[in-house]
Amino acid sequence: MRLFELRGISKNFGAIQALTGVNLKIDAGEVLGLMGDNGAGKSTLIKIMAGNFRASSGEIWLKGERVEFHNPVDARRKGVEVVYQDLALCDNLTAAENVFLGREAKVRLGPLSFINYPAMFREAARHFAELKSETRPRDLVKQMSGGQRQAVAIARTRLSNPDIVLMDEPTAAISVRQVAEVLDLIRRLRDQGVAVILISHRMPDVFAVCDHVSVMRRGAVVADKPIKQTSPEEVTALITGALEFA
Amino acid sequence: MRVSVEQVAQQREHTPLRALLAHQPLWVTIALAIICLVMGQVSDVFFTNDNFFNVTRNFSFIGIIALGMTAVIVTRGIDLSVGSIVGLSGMVTGMVLYAGYSWWFGILSGLLTGLACGLVNGILIAYLNLSSFIVTLGMFAVARSLAQVLSQNHMIYQFGPDEKMFTAIGGGTMLGVANTFVVLLVLTVVFMIALRYSGWGRWVYAIGGNEQAARLTGVPVNGVKLSVYMLSGLMSSISAVLLVGYQGAAINAMGTGYELRAIASSVIGGTDLMGGAGGAYGTFIGAALIEVIRNSLLLAGVDANWEGTFVGLFIVFAVLLSKFRELRSG
Repeated sequence: MRLFELRGISKNFGAIQALTGVNLKIDAGEVLGLMGDNGAGKSTLIKIMAGNFRASSGEIWLKGERVEFHNPVDARRKGVEVVYQDLALCDNLTAAENVFLGREAKVRLGPLSFINYPAMFREAARHFAELKSETRPRDLVKQMSGGQRQAVAIARTRLSNPDIVLMDEPTAAISVRQVAEVLDLIRRLRDQGVAVILISHRMPDVFAVCDHVSVMRRGAVVADKPIKQTSPEEVTALITGALEFA
Repeated sequence: MRVSVEQVAQQREHTPLRALLAHQPLWVTIALAIICLVMGQVSDVFFTNDNFFNVTRNFSFIGIIALGMTAVIVTRGIDLSVGSIVGLSGMVTGMVLYAGYSWWFGILSGLLTGLACGLVNGILIAYLNLSSFIVTLGMFAVARSLAQVLSQNHMIYQFGPDEKMFTAIGGGTMLGVANTFVVLLVLTVVFMIALRYSGWGRWVYAIGGNEQAARLTGVPVNGVKLSVYMLSGLMSSISAVLLVGYQGAAINAMGTGYELRAIASSVIGGTDLMGGAGGAYGTFIGAALIEVIRNSLLLAGVDANWEGTFVGLFIVFAVLLSKFRELRSG
């Protein structure tokens, strides 16, 4: 049984056909690289998988069942977490508060419930330790490096123990050392049996962590290959259209 | 050397001492203490019970409003309508009592008036996505005008059968301080706890920090925004009910200019107009500072017209101070 599968997903905005018959599949503990030039339809596809958009046609299958995502919270409840490109962090809050944002740990006192900071700090610290990140739960996100911010965004996805984590350009705007850190974070997710879909422009990163690569061009998937059976040259040719299909 | 998870979890970039030093309310508290000490030397009257009683009562009316204002500003909004809501709520309360209804019904109708104004503000801002500045500027004009229409420019100074009870609530004392000051103290503590220890409070700060992020992580952004404007309306009407009782009269000009004093209290107390930072204690101290400055000028025999200049300087100084701290913390 496949963990997650897209079957013939199409999306049009009025007369504009953004996606045509996209098929995609991924198993637990796999990392799938999703590549393509600007405007190839990656973002639209991500938004459909994350529940921001509904597909015009096509089906989403999760663990052998057909599912529909009505909104991001719905998608998250069904097991799809997203690490957004801008990370969706609040600079004015601590790392732990960001991890728990929207699902704060509470302690009940009669009819009232209060935020349980000790539990949040402890849990967040455990997630950072699992990710082997040196991020400190009590620090404000404002003061953190790009890699630490990624760790906060990724730790957030661990709360719900999701089946799939979508990562939108996680290495786009950070330093070389931090890129290595983030790639390590992705490997940790994979080792814990999570399926990761990595959207990236950076060829070296995709070849460093992915098991499969899917290439999109003009709203369609033009190639889906195990990473061992392809090369950066071939993928580049597929992205630009020098090579039609593979 | 390997560090355990527990050790990492206990570390923080800011030691408690450094965090305290970067805490604007602390500096404002120190400024307030210095002014009080100096005034104690300059004037024999400053440290008398009577003066303490007057000062605490006077800043309570603004302080209560400023608490609601702080919640609004932390979400990166503004509420310019609070002064007019004071006028309208006070007028409604006065008229209901004048018509012969009981004290609790009069107060209830005043509070509901404030909530209703906040509800309209909140719906327009949260659900129709209009600018808080424009919406509350509109309410500023509408609520004041409604107060004038209702009163027909009459002053109300008779409050029906429960007049004694009603004026005792706004004008009475408890444990040697004015009732209004007790209300302010209780509300300040409630706000401190709610902002820091409730899920709602965290969401208020999250919305001010990054509204889009809050939305994506499932925070009910629209509902929280609606709630802060309703809360601000409610705080304004609480202040109005107390004010009418204390003054023993309702006039439609009541609360004029309060919006600026409430905003000033919040900002001096460390609330960031760009959202995401601020708190109840700072707001309390900010409101106190403004009143103490006013009181000090009065006692020192300075022309009362200088008050605005001093308060204005303090506002600018407070904002400069926070900018300076931001630069240092990088």
